[in-house]
Amino acid sequence: MKFITDRKRAIGMGSAKSGTGHFWAMKVSSVALLILIPLFVFTFGSVVGEDYNTVREYYSHPFPAIIAILTIIVSLEHFQSGAQVLIEDYVHGLSKKISIILVKCLSYGLMATGVFAVAKLAF
Amino acid sequence: MSNVNNSNRPLSPHLTIYRPQLTSVTSILVRITGNALIVGALLSIWWLIAAATSPEYFELANGVMTSWFGKLVMLGSIWALWYHTLGGIRHLIWDNAIGLDLPTAYKLGWAVVIGSFILTAITVCVL
Repeated sequence: MKFITDRKRAIGMGSAKSGTGHFWAMKVSSVALLILIPLFVFTFGSVVGEDYNTVREYYSHPFPAIIAILTIIVSLEHFQSGAQVLIEDYVHGLSKKISIILVKCLSYGLMATGVFAVAKLAF
Repeated sequence: MSNVNNSNRPLSPHLTIYRPQLTSVTSILVRITGNALIVGALLSIWWLIAAATSPEYFELANGVMTSWFGKLVMLGSIWALWYHTLGGIRHLIWDNAIGLDLPTAYKLGWAVVIGSFILTAITVCVL
């Protein structure tokens, strides 16, 4: 008697390994970024190059700070997914695994740094 | 995969054999712009953490940001951002199996290229 179904035996054996989860995550984050990116470009862009006090004052307001935090989180999440696909296409073997880990470290490191910076400016 | 004979198998034509087409060039540019945006992200987040740290550190980061190098990175990033955004919209359209025929694909391709420059010009004028 077999305890494992045919479907269970087949899951994960295809080239994609994990179905369409990665693809769908990129679609969801891309739609979110369609809203966030224009808002971020025109809020962040309006204070880049301004003096220290202007920048601190601007990011003490909720709207630009919340937009910046959301954009930092969603865009770097989108980046680490996309960069992973880039690596999977051109790098193979152990180098692929190391490269993907490094990209995730960079993405989440930048994400935490950015959120910390905006939070510190806001409070 | 150790028993795969790589040297003795027919190869499909390599990328370098094809003449570049609007569809292939606009496609690879979506990938290039998306990944290159990490440079602008690094500079922007460094600038933010500097602003959150001290006036002296901010002076340094803001100096780099407003130098010719910083301006070049930011201008390039604005274009890359709009190009990648429009390219992404094109993919969201294609995902519904709409606009995949060649005439529409070419129209969408030109819309992405021309649109990215128009949006960049608008952004530079507004900011």
